[in-house]
Amino acid sequence: MYWRRTLIALATITHKEIQRFLRIWVQTLLPPAITMALYFIIFGNLIGPRIGPMDGYSYIEFIAPGIIMMAVITNSYSNVVSSFFGAKFQRHIEEILVSPTPNAVILLGYVAGGVSRGLLTGFIVTLVSLFFTRLHIHNLPVTISVVFLTSVLFSLGGFINAVFARKFDDISIVPTFILTPLTYLGGVFYSISLLPEFWRWVSMTNPVLYMVNAFRYGILGASDINIWTAYGLILFFIALLGSFSLYLLHRGTGLRT
Amino acid sequence: MHALKLENLNKTYASGVVALRDVNLVVEEGDFFGLLGPNGAGKSTAIGIISSLVTKTSGQVAVFGYDLDTHRWEAKSALGLVPQEFNFNNFETVEQIVLHQAGYYGIPPRVARRRCERYLRELGLWEKRRAASRTLSGGMKRRLMIARALVHEPRLLILDEPTAGVDIELRRSMWEFLRHINRSDGVTIILTTHYLEEAENLCRNIAIIDDGEIVENTDTQSLLTRLGTHDFILDVQQDLDRLPEGLEFSLRPLGPRQLEVEVHKDQTLTRLFAQLAEAGIHVSSMKNKSNRLEELFLRLLRDRGPEDRRLA
Ligand SMILES: Nc1ncnc2c1ncn2[C@@H]1O[C@H](COP(=O)(O)OP(=O)(O)OP(=O)(O)O)[C@@H](O)[C@H]1O
Ligand SMILES: [Mg+2]
Repeated sequence: MYWRRTLIALATITHKEIQRFLRIWVQTLLPPAITMALYFIIFGNLIGPRIGPMDGYSYIEFIAPGIIMMAVITNSYSNVVSSFFGAKFQRHIEEILVSPTPNAVILLGYVAGGVSRGLLTGFIVTLVSLFFTRLHIHNLPVTISVVFLTSVLFSLGGFINAVFARKFDDISIVPTFILTPLTYLGGVFYSISLLPEFWRWVSMTNPVLYMVNAFRYGILGASDINIWTAYGLILFFIALLGSFSLYLLHRGTGLRT
Repeated sequence: MHALKLENLNKTYASGVVALRDVNLVVEEGDFFGLLGPNGAGKSTAIGIISSLVTKTSGQVAVFGYDLDTHRWEAKSALGLVPQEFNFNNFETVEQIVLHQAGYYGIPPRVARRRCERYLRELGLWEKRRAASRTLSGGMKRRLMIARALVHEPRLLILDEPTAGVDIELRRSMWEFLRHINRSDGVTIILTTHYLEEAENLCRNIAIIDDGEIVENTDTQSLLTRLGTHDFILDVQQDLDRLPEGLEFSLRPLGPRQLEVEVHKDQTLTRLFAQLAEAGIHVSSMKNKSNRLEELFLRLLRDRGPEDRRLA
């Protein structure tokens, strides 16, 4: 009985979250399709041929996985941060807070929403990329698990951001000043083997690099890093952010006065 | 069975405002209970703590015997909340709002849809079920909040100023509805209001809270009899140039053909009419002066005296 009710609550939050981003698809699904198509045209088709092969692949083949991953990361994050902050701001989060829904279910529901949008966007961008290049998948389980776990991780990040946000500005600070630099410097557009040793070493401290490379390994079979390190790192961060989120919900930070 | 029991409830906000001081309150199952008090008295704070939207500083809350801290699921499932301020998702439709709420309580979709239809129909919102909540009028939003609070069929319904900003006709029909679910469905109701007429009409028991403290907690009837006097308004048949003298009753002219009279507990109306007739005044109609509770309320708060009231 308890589990059944809990599952219904989880399904409700997830469904509501999916309904939300589908309802505003012009703001949520269309922009990444357009932006990423531009990346493919400019970096892949126009500039790519002049750059020549990267790690043994044509430039467009090399950047495609990174671009897909970038879309997954930003969309997972921004779905949860804007939805949860919006719920706080309009106060309809109270609908859930008065109900017996356990905190873990609230978190899972919002993360499931973020992952749904992340994966759907990833799928759309993948379709777009097929207009420009061919994608052979080297290792499907790795590809899928890496993209899924990364999406979970950034959904959690978005959740924490939303908990602390007090005004609308606060939900764009992290994406602008942290997330974007980390993804752009995370080996989406280049192999870190091109970098001088010092910068290669600095790049290795960037967690996004591991995710992009693990995903690229799944598709191309090539990677700058060990993919098990990547799995370990992603799981570690998921555990860390997940427990921190639960702690915040338990304390009612930003939710209860 | 206690529908609600508050024990030594205290709340101090981070800003330092003390909103509740050692509040003890028991509401019995089946009751229609009024929680009254001036602005800022702490009504919404108490309701916020009961519905887990506000964290308490200390004390205990039990809903139908279930402690809110240790038996979260049971306590919360037994409680429905109609908050003071609108808190919908502006973009969701009426139907979505009610169905989602049912989902948070773990109610299977089929049951939820049936109840959603029942409550939306009863509250006159069925035609609006596909309208986005932001397009509703204020009165419709109030009713939607009631439908939303009932969809999991709570045994205790708490309404924080449900009729604020609602026109008279609608207010009366909301009263009817609340009376109906209290009587027929056995839902215990706690309501706050600033319309004392509403409390007098609906509530069997009343607690008055002022400055975070319960200053009165009794049944409506004895609260009213405690007034000691009864005020009536009389319409008389002839113009009164001057008031008759030497009566046992204190009269006050309200207009050329209207009087207000105060009747004490130990006086009778027969005596009043006899004395008026003797003075040549014939009464054509009489009515109760309404808002007796309002008077009592003001008197109670006044009696507490300004020195007694801590100014935050
Ligand atoms: N979030 C908050 N932070 C700080 N102080 C608060 C907060 N909410 C309420 N208060 C203060 O707590 C006291 C009680 O407020 P509360 O809202 O409980 O009163 P109320 O009885 O519901 O009043 P009203 O009839 O105006 O709705 C007030 O002094 C108020 O300023
Ligand atoms: Mg209030």
